[in-house]
Amino acid sequence: MVEPHGPEQQPHAPPPSLWPVGFAVGVAVLLTGIVVGWPVAALGAAIAIVFGFLWVRDLTGPAAAAGREPPPPVGARPATEAGHALPLADEGEIERFPRARFLEGATLGLSGLIGGLITLPVAGFAIVPTFVGQKHEDVDIGELDTFPEGEWQVVTFMEDPAEGEVSRRTAYVRNNGELEGQPSLTVLSNRCAHLGCPVQPSGLLDEDASETVETSNTVVTRIPATPAAFTCPCHGGAYDLEGNRTAGPPVRGLDRYEYEIRDGRVFLVGAYSVGSVQGEGKEALIKRYDLMNPGLHVDGPSAIMYPIGPRR
Amino acid sequence: MAVPVRTKSRRRQQLEEAALYPLDWVEERSGLVGALKYFLFRKVPGDISWGHTLGSATLTAFLVQAITGAILAMYYKPHPDTAYESIQYITNDVTLGWLVRGMHRWGASVFIILMFFHMARVFLYGAYKYPRELNWIIGALLLILGMFEGFTGYLLPWDQTAYWATVVGVNLQGTGPFLGPFLVNVLNGGAEIGVDTLSRFYSIHMLLLPGAIFALIGLHLWLVIRLGVTSQPWSPEAAGSGEPEEPRPAREGLVRPARSGGSE
Ligand code: HEM
Ligand code: FES
Repeated sequence: MVEPHGPEQQPHAPPPSLWPVGFAVGVAVLLTGIVVGWPVAALGAAIAIVFGFLWVRDLTGPAAAAGREPPPPVGARPATEAGHALPLADEGEIERFPRARFLEGATLGLSGLIGGLITLPVAGFAIVPTFVGQKHEDVDIGELDTFPEGEWQVVTFMEDPAEGEVSRRTAYVRNNGELEGQPSLTVLSNRCAHLGCPVQPSGLLDEDASETVETSNTVVTRIPATPAAFTCPCHGGAYDLEGNRTAGPPVRGLDRYEYEIRDGRVFLVGAYSVGSVQGEGKEALIKRYDLMNPGLHVDGPSAIMYPIGPRR
Repeated sequence: MAVPVRTKSRRRQQLEEAALYPLDWVEERSGLVGALKYFLFRKVPGDISWGHTLGSATLTAFLVQAITGAILAMYYKPHPDTAYESIQYITNDVTLGWLVRGMHRWGASVFIILMFFHMARVFLYGAYKYPRELNWIIGALLLILGMFEGFTGYLLPWDQTAYWATVVGVNLQGTGPFLGPFLVNVLNGGAEIGVDTLSRFYSIHMLLLPGAIFALIGLHLWLVIRLGVTSQPWSPEAAGSGEPEEPRPAREGLVRPARSGGSE
């Protein structure tokens, strides 16, 4: 009922053509070129343009026009002509009264209403909870005195002890000494700014000096370290000690934790995203943004793609 | 016709009737036996090829996933504290657990690969053209849902690979412009992977997506039956290849319209 066949029938479309395949190959080479290098990309573009031109010429040329002539009535027939799956009710067949029409509308309307009443809370249940209550308690990571000035510590803690292991996070903490009488810390999140893998310190970890202490609201493991940089195991992202991106795919610097000192103890009270950092240690000037998911630009032209996001 | 007819013995006739009785019973009340027969013995182009079996192969792979998955669900425990252990238990302790898990894990790749092969066949044969565009669209949806099955299933073993692959995968989808950041929360069930993420993925993986895929496969096959399958582009009967040869009798009916326009 679909493919026109037989001597009296006309083809429905232009004959099969290989140009689209060449065009697709060109696009594939072009995309490969974006990764491999511009000569390959140029080659791909050239292939795509040549084949695209040939394809368009095929589609618009005289041969195609001939193919588009309306076929003779006995020829290609619409698929529906072979009969509908179910016989359609003949308009004249059913006598419709105002009451019947009212009941028809009422039935459809009520069904729709019931469907909506059920769907709304269910969809809300699936989606809304994922946006509300995403804040967690401040985390006590230990006494300020136990962070020696100028030294790095790998600090592992549970962001929400009630959630258990899944809330385990790691921060790289360095005490920068005092700035204008206030203690200054650098607290980097180990969440890679590319796609969220755990960034590792490139340098020695003094595992023997590792200690696990119970603080006022969580259990913290601290390992002294002497990193020269931070690197990501997933796709080779690399950062300097201030969290600035130095290599690889990350789109910004490492996120940082916000901290407060209360009664001599360090509390992590939230996090924020960082474009880049100038200077280092306590003199660092940080381009600071609301916390964003990994992979999202916070500055530069690409940032316009992410004007709003869920708040934390 | 002068073919000598061997009459069956009365006893044999009685036996056959007794055997067919349940089928007749169902047929009389539902017409389903006839429908199945029509589906299985419908007419296809005479020069159909092995390439045309890839769709059925994909269907078989999907059914294997559905069945092995349902059995795995009898032992799998979707909670952060128990998921990993239950997978170890299935693999090492449950009789034939290694086999069923292996079938599901390897079968997942087979399913995806077969989908691509099937799609390649459809593309290279031009089988997506009028009037089958809609079936291509349904197929594309199946491809997306199938890949999403793979993505959600990958988290379930709850080992380091599963966890970090999912972190990367979710964040990758989160880079979609404008809505990406919201998508991350919806997928994770929160700002980050947490206690609710695993059961969320599990529900999507074993209930939502398979249901949707089953429904779409139903539509997909309905269109295959209604429209018939294409012959190869190099078939002498294919549209646009010049003078077609005399149509074969086998094409009369579903694929080639019978004069009366029906599909008798
Ligand atoms: C769950 C995955 C899928 C299943 C179970 C499935 C199953 C089938 C089956 C059994 C057929 C009959 C003809 C044949 O086997 O070639 C078919 C035809 C078809 N499929 Fe699929 N398919 C799937 C995915 C796809 C995808 C990803 C596409 C493309 C995007 C697609 C597009 C088509 C089209 C256009 C036809 C008609 C081909 C013709 O008439 O010759 N399908 N499918
Ligand atoms: S997640 Fe760190 S480089 Fe990709």
